[in-house]
Amino acid sequence: MSTPAIALDNLTVTYNRHPAVHHVSGALARGSLTAIAGPNGAGKSTLLRTIMGELKPAEGTIRRAVPSRNYGYLPQAADINRRFPVSVIDTVVTGAWKRAGAFGGIGLAEREKASEALVAVGLEGFETRPIGSLSSGQFQRTLFARLLLQNAAVIILDEPFTAIDSRTTQDLIDIVLRWHGEGRTVVAVLHDHEQVRSYFPQTLLIARELIGWGPTEEVMTTQNLKRARALAERWDENAPVCEVPA
Amino acid sequence: MSAYDLFIAPFMDYGFMRRALVACLCLALGAAPIGTFLSMRRMSLMGDALSHAVLPGAAIGYLVAGSLSLTAMGIGGLVAGLSVALLAGVVSRMTVLQEDASFASFYLISLAVGVLIVSLRGSNIDLLHVLFGTILAIDNNALTLIGTITSLTLAALAVLYRPLVIDCFDPGFLRAVGGRGPLIHGLFMLMVVLNLVASFQALGTLMAVGLMMLPAAIAQLWARTLPAMLGISVATAFISGYAGLVASYHLELASGPTIIVSAAIIYVVSLLFAPSGLMSRYFRRPHLAN
Repeated sequence: MSTPAIALDNLTVTYNRHPAVHHVSGALARGSLTAIAGPNGAGKSTLLRTIMGELKPAEGTIRRAVPSRNYGYLPQAADINRRFPVSVIDTVVTGAWKRAGAFGGIGLAEREKASEALVAVGLEGFETRPIGSLSSGQFQRTLFARLLLQNAAVIILDEPFTAIDSRTTQDLIDIVLRWHGEGRTVVAVLHDHEQVRSYFPQTLLIARELIGWGPTEEVMTTQNLKRARALAERWDENAPVCEVPA
Repeated sequence: MSAYDLFIAPFMDYGFMRRALVACLCLALGAAPIGTFLSMRRMSLMGDALSHAVLPGAAIGYLVAGSLSLTAMGIGGLVAGLSVALLAGVVSRMTVLQEDASFASFYLISLAVGVLIVSLRGSNIDLLHVLFGTILAIDNNALTLIGTITSLTLAALAVLYRPLVIDCFDPGFLRAVGGRGPLIHGLFMLMVVLNLVASFQALGTLMAVGLMMLPAAIAQLWARTLPAMLGISVATAFISGYAGLVASYHLELASGPTIIVSAAIIYVVSLLFAPSGLMSRYFRRPHLAN
């Protein structure tokens, strides 16, 4: 078996010493399409942010086949200033950062790729619209167009379909499936269990600690989901020091 | 009085008016775009705080040089401004205080120390000069300093434009792709301080941000794209400078405040009549079909 795209080894991430991700081990195979599921507060976003290098593990390690700055990352409710006067096409073109960097020229070829990406997400003709005038669905399509332009081997999506209507969701899921077909490694945090079961072959179910990680139908069992809910709600302000051996 | 006497003669007849006009042109080219980026980063008041922070450095420069040497005061101001910006950044990273709170604390300390130093040695006239500027006293050395700062600013903006813009509207993306956001932010703050030093030579520490923030606010009222905003901010800053100098010459007013009042008049007119201004609320145009 080839080296995995991302391998987690006994990963623990804490806030004020309380674990948000607790002793998680496993690997994301190259080219896999994985859903991350779990109740609110289960540490899904924390896990992704740690994989992106934004948070430091309290314990354990992450091994990445390529550095995280080459990943395509769509954070949850991206803290984007939507009132900033920038057009849709310019937002999409920032996806060329890996090739152009801070100073390199962005030629006609990149512009054309950006236009094609806009067509692919169904935003043809929106090129010069300011991002402030878009609906949240259109804006999410714009961010997907940027991900298309980034052409990343690993794509990480944090709740990409929250507050998006069903047609937009379907269009964006088609793009995710296209990425999977192209052999990219895709990870997405999802709340809709139907979406997980229908489109994602692999699932990582987490409730701070790992409940299950593998083929979706084996992980998303009623029993596992019940256990996840119970574990996520457990919180003890005066919890003792964790004694699980590394 | 002919139009020539009114609008051109002051600059033909007097060297100090010419130097003041060139200083205004430099400030317009450098400070106004910086102000536009500041307000795009929601840091409008940060510029104000930093401009006060420049004071003790300027005062020490004034004491060391023994006179109103704009160069010595400029260098002192630069050191003081940068120290406050750095300290505020460090404190906000190391403690629970947000960056604006630590800025507020440091600029108040800085302002108080500055006024103390000036009052210790200088007369009240000198204090007034430092606080309100001496645009008509700008000599060739000071003009060289201001011109250099403007050239550096324009070059830096040209080079940093892309990461700066991305850092303004999507800092998370810049972080994810390894775009060195903190470095960009630091370089930008350096440009803010440099332009405040240039500006305080002309307008004093109290009004140094005037040609930075008012044109930026005006530009946002009229334009919807960043390049247009930057252009409008430069144009309005220069027009304010020119109009302020002409008005102060003929009406025998203090020139620094007159320049800022000129900008303020453009601002109020813009508030009323710009596309998104107040008048559009009272004279609604019919909505479109699609």
